[in-house]
Amino acid sequence: MQLILRQGRVVDPTQKLNQIADVGIDDGRILEIAPKIRKSGRKEIDARGLIVAPGFIDMHTHLREPGHEDAETIESGTNAAARGGFTAVACMPNTSPVNDSEAVTSFILERAREVAKIAVYPVGAITKGSQGETLAEIGEMRRSGIVAISDDGRPVQNSQIMRRAMEYSGLFNIPIIDHCEDRNLAADGVMHEGYYSTLLGLRGINPAAEETHVVRDTILARYSSGRLHIAHLSTKFSLEAVKRAKKEKISVTCEVTPHHLLLTDAQVTSYDTNMKMNPPLRSQEDVDALVEGMVSGFIDVIATDHAPHNINDKMLEFDRAPFGIVGLETAVGLILDRFVRTGVLGIERMVEMFSTNPARILGLERGTIAKGAVADITVLDPDRQWVVNSADFASRSRNTPFEGYRLRGAPAMTIVKGRVVWGA
Amino acid sequence: MASLTHKDLLGIAQLTADDIQLILDTAEALKQVADRPVKKVPTLRGKTVINLFFEASTRTRSSFELAEKRLSADILNFSASTSSVSKGESLLDTARNLEAMSPDIIVIRHASAGAPHLLARECRSSIINAGDGMHEHPTQALLDALTIRSFKGRINGLKIAITGDIAHSRVARSDTILFSKMGAEVWACGPPTLIPWDFQKLGAKITGHIEEALDAADVVMMLRLQLERQHEAFVPSMREYYNFYGLTRERMRLAKKDTIVMHPGPMNRGVEIDSDVADAPFSVILNQVANGVATRMAVLYLLSGNAGLKPRKHS
Repeated sequence: MQLILRQGRVVDPTQKLNQIADVGIDDGRILEIAPKIRKSGRKEIDARGLIVAPGFIDMHTHLREPGHEDAETIESGTNAAARGGFTAVACMPNTSPVNDSEAVTSFILERAREVAKIAVYPVGAITKGSQGETLAEIGEMRRSGIVAISDDGRPVQNSQIMRRAMEYSGLFNIPIIDHCEDRNLAADGVMHEGYYSTLLGLRGINPAAEETHVVRDTILARYSSGRLHIAHLSTKFSLEAVKRAKKEKISVTCEVTPHHLLLTDAQVTSYDTNMKMNPPLRSQEDVDALVEGMVSGFIDVIATDHAPHNINDKMLEFDRAPFGIVGLETAVGLILDRFVRTGVLGIERMVEMFSTNPARILGLERGTIAKGAVADITVLDPDRQWVVNSADFASRSRNTPFEGYRLRGAPAMTIVKGRVVWGA
Repeated sequence: MASLTHKDLLGIAQLTADDIQLILDTAEALKQVADRPVKKVPTLRGKTVINLFFEASTRTRSSFELAEKRLSADILNFSASTSSVSKGESLLDTARNLEAMSPDIIVIRHASAGAPHLLARECRSSIINAGDGMHEHPTQALLDALTIRSFKGRINGLKIAITGDIAHSRVARSDTILFSKMGAEVWACGPPTLIPWDFQKLGAKITGHIEEALDAADVVMMLRLQLERQHEAFVPSMREYYNFYGLTRERMRLAKKDTIVMHPGPMNRGVEIDSDVADAPFSVILNQVANGVATRMAVLYLLSGNAGLKPRKHS
């Protein structure tokens, strides 16, 4: 046998597994899961005290290549992902050029084959150049390997085009991921509109900017065969709208980011541009609702919205700095420490949101370690204590709001197709 | 000698009522410098003050400059049009370059809220916020307070009505925070499109009806419509705005008999204020300007006593 992980706590919701076991891997696939595997492996790992889960998939990453290699590359971004416990990422199309064609999709996949130790699944644009006007060649991109479409960062404003995109993408059975934002309502806001934007004299983004598009999209999804996935959902009302749509059996799923689960707009008081992202940090009431939605299962996925920016671009006046923060190397530790260790969130739910559900939504043959499955495995150490230090990041960028956080719980090992690609 | 415990003056929000009292008392004492035949004291001799103005300003800039000169400071003036900022240099690089010249105090005006905070984090010099975006304009609020105190003898218990474009006004923010800290009843008045709902939490009562704001007011403060900060339509027209919010002689009757009218300038006569109100005896608009110099002298003096005492690490 190629590899055996000995006596870890195996957590796999697809098999309703949560027990101490050995995991045997051969030929890059899961060969056996048993309380005790008698045979020996060419490589054996002592996983006592660790959690062994199907590989984590970040379905919302910006790898920045092609075009913004000063902030991140496919190589540095996937290294950051591996270090953060992810065996795969889905990368958003807002590169330069935008991934709106077979050529760009192929370039990304080719680069990934050359330099990435983990799997890279490109997301294609909904419209050409993400300009919101004409549909991109979704079918051709699908043939080249995209797993979803999105105009993340430049969301489709025209409802008719959004409707057509939802209908058309249904043909290829890929989800349409929407960054929900009415750009007229958001105007030139730079933070959540509320007490703190008033106090700080910063232009507010009214939560209605997100909420109207969440509602719009769920209505459009009702009339189409497409599958809708709401990216980085951030307000209480948005969650209510998704809950309602789900109850009505509309095909909709949603994700939330660690920062929207942990930080509020109060953190902006220092004018720290690492607190600036879109959607912005919301109110405590919103945070509480999102945590509740995560626990209850209405939120399907935790995704990072890893958005690297060069330090020179980020060290500007708050209203001039770009939106976005890095997240690949902090997400797992934050959720383990702040929610699992504290008993708010069960480990099975965590694995579901990081692995099972992203795999299901993106239609990947991943997210499970059932016998015969590809051996993409994330190993977690729930007891390791560490301090977030951006200087250690594998990412090219350092724009994290969690600098200095003391956490208990961390990724311990990232295994892709049976090969250990990263270990603490 | 009394001094502020702060390294910087970034906003009124960071000041206590005692800090405010100290600044106002000091300003009161410094007012008499203007009445001397030689309008200069040696208080800041040998100290360097940089005036860093990224936004057009006549009143505030000349007020600071005069205050610095009367305190005998050495002055360097930078403005966005003459400095390397127009060549694309970042604020941070500008600040680091200026810092290398070892100034004691940097006075900054900038179109972005929080720009002075960025400087304060990076510089050992004391930073004075001379207006940052829509955030704060602390010396304006202090000079307004000095003016009110000199006419009314107090701030505590007064009804102060601030009317106009509250949303885009840094003066409205600083004034509201200061006046409510000092115990006044502050009313913020304007069309609902120009008052953030959460303005109440800064300590103001809010109303869309100027009659309610003016009713028995001790102080009437008018703000202009900040057309340069309004990228969308907030009011249908200047004419309609004047009809509903313009300060006229007739509306003034609602206020107390001994009310005073203030305006931080620049005024748009015939939009938010009628000429016969702006130029009336109860208008103290020019007293505000005179008090501005004394207030800025007080702030410069109080911060210079502390400059460099608590050097901050460069991060």
